[in-house]
Amino acid sequence: MDIHEHQAKDLLSGFGVPIPEGIVAYTADQAVQAAEEIGGGRWAVKAQIHSGARGKAGGIRLCSTLDEVQAAAHDLLGNVLVTNQTGPAGKVCHRVLVEKAVPIAREFYLGLVLDRGLERVTIIASDQGGMDIEQVAHTSPDSIVKEVIEPAVGIQAFQAREVAYGLGLTGKQVKGVVSAITGAYRAFRDLDATMVEINPLVVTKAGDVLALDTKMSFDDNALFRRPTVNELRDYTQEDPREVEAAEHGLSYIGLDGEIGCIVNGAGLAMATMDLIKHAGGEPANFLDIGGGASPERVANAFRLVMSDPQVKVILVNIFAGINHCDWVAQGIIQAIGEVNLEIPLVVRLAGTNVEEGRKILAESGLEITSTEELYEAAEAAVKALASGKRGASV
Amino acid sequence: MSILVDETTKVIFQGFTGDKGTFHAREAIAYGTNLVGGVTPGKGGAKHLDLPVFNTVKEAVKATGATATQIFVPAPFAADAVMEAADAGIELAVVIAEGVPTQDMMRVKRYLLRYPPEYRMTVIGPNCAGVISVGKAMLGIMPGHIYTPGRIGIVARSGTLGYEAAAQMAKYGLGVSTSAGIGGDPINGSSFLDMLKLFEKDDETDAVMMIGEIGGPQEAQAAAFVRDHMSKPVVGFVAGLTAPPGRRMGHAGAIVSAFGDTAAEKSEIMRQAGMTVATNPAELGEVMASVMAQKV
Repeated sequence: MDIHEHQAKDLLSGFGVPIPEGIVAYTADQAVQAAEEIGGGRWAVKAQIHSGARGKAGGIRLCSTLDEVQAAAHDLLGNVLVTNQTGPAGKVCHRVLVEKAVPIAREFYLGLVLDRGLERVTIIASDQGGMDIEQVAHTSPDSIVKEVIEPAVGIQAFQAREVAYGLGLTGKQVKGVVSAITGAYRAFRDLDATMVEINPLVVTKAGDVLALDTKMSFDDNALFRRPTVNELRDYTQEDPREVEAAEHGLSYIGLDGEIGCIVNGAGLAMATMDLIKHAGGEPANFLDIGGGASPERVANAFRLVMSDPQVKVILVNIFAGINHCDWVAQGIIQAIGEVNLEIPLVVRLAGTNVEEGRKILAESGLEITSTEELYEAAEAAVKALASGKRGASV
Repeated sequence: MSILVDETTKVIFQGFTGDKGTFHAREAIAYGTNLVGGVTPGKGGAKHLDLPVFNTVKEAVKATGATATQIFVPAPFAADAVMEAADAGIELAVVIAEGVPTQDMMRVKRYLLRYPPEYRMTVIGPNCAGVISVGKAMLGIMPGHIYTPGRIGIVARSGTLGYEAAAQMAKYGLGVSTSAGIGGDPINGSSFLDMLKLFEKDDETDAVMMIGEIGGPQEAQAAAFVRDHMSKPVVGFVAGLTAPPGRRMGHAGAIVSAFGDTAAEKSEIMRQAGMTVATNPAELGEVMASVMAQKV
């Protein structure tokens, strides 16, 4: 789960990470009030959407007058921002963060991520702040400082100092960066984050250390024990179909093709998409109905896939272990009974109770192309798409 | 003797008396698994499915001599159950639950390091289908009847793709020695590499089918082992060629976030390590059959 920049800053600030003075605003007037309250003569008005690379997309405006603040907020609020991370549909901006703009002397990158090879939280820092870290790793790998944290004891002060000195800092700035690093690590650990990124972490001309932009992502599997994080969820930033899917215990990701997929198991779901492509088609979605799916859950999966107007054919691929083919077949019939299915349906069932499942489908009298093998199913779906017909009736 | 488990392995269930535990314990017994009891805190002293129930894993091990456990507790409690099993001297724990927090697994892996390697428990999963040594024992949620006994080892992140592989190989007359689902989480108990090491030593396995997916470095590690240390052929497949970058594809660990994470890159790494790589998931059986035909 992702959260907004201003939320990440609030959380990190609670762990001792120094952040700039700022206030969230939901209207242009509130933004002006916020700027007045913060004071000073320069402000940054920052669009709050779940995406990085907002600056390049015009989502961050530097303002020197209250009129400029008003205009910037007015321009951003309610509008869609397209960055190189949002996809072409972009994300809608419902709030802005107004921050005091301070003159910057130096910029750094600071990131905490899970290193899957080491199975440890790893701190990555670089003196090239503001840049994409993967780019930096490619062009100047020597500028990257790394520290691996031992999970049994957590971060040690010397590790944070090594990062700070590794970035070329001296004097009281070392202390500031050490606070930022240890605070960010404790936030990562205590809130079950999967990623904390401070980019840039800056030293101001006045010599203060500040987390100028922050990003946090959280482990969905741990939200049950992090209610304060869970309540920060902003559904306006998520695909409504994915949100609905999650409510029904389904895992769904919308794609661009025309063949809708309903599969059990994430690996088989990906493989089914791959096979559709191999057979010359394009998948419309990724959908995993999960283990132990009831007929209701299968019916919900159908409704979801059919709600995509691009879908011209539906392919169901079930290899049941913990699932039962007869439940899946009942779910299919239940769904078809409720919505008038006017597009071809290809079903491949295998595994637990496969004979019962196939029998239910065969006796339903519905027009279903039933196959035994995976490739037959993919080929039948692609063929049905090409002919644009549903069975023999149309 | 197959890997990890066989018909002599004494097995307990943690989370024995719950609905899921009960259902799968019945399936395991029906398959021939040597189930000797179970653990449900608070129900010690009772009988369930004609087997003794214990409050702690230590008591269960002492009374039954169990060496393996299948953990059926809900995800929030899985890490605790794994550590309890390790501390009781269990050798193998299979964790089925999906949804175990990543930091819990980080702590579990760190906890296991307190035991010297020769006494360290092997963890399979979480978020996996489990392990089956065909015709001998099943610690998992797979449909046992789809597997025919034979000499091919299977290791897969995905449960259902593992079933798919077994079913396809059966069509070509190839049976399975052991199939291990290592699970779809970013941090898992055992890696592809761990399983390949066991299959290489197993005198009942002639070749291995390894089914990976997008995300993480484990397929590349395993490919390096195949190149440098495996005498047996390994056929590879990587799911997720059509997966868009940056999106989590169902499994917590299935996300393209770094170089080498994509299906195409992983497939290429496997090919360069000398593995035969299936290009689509419908030809897993066919490719393995042709590799076995070339093997003299």
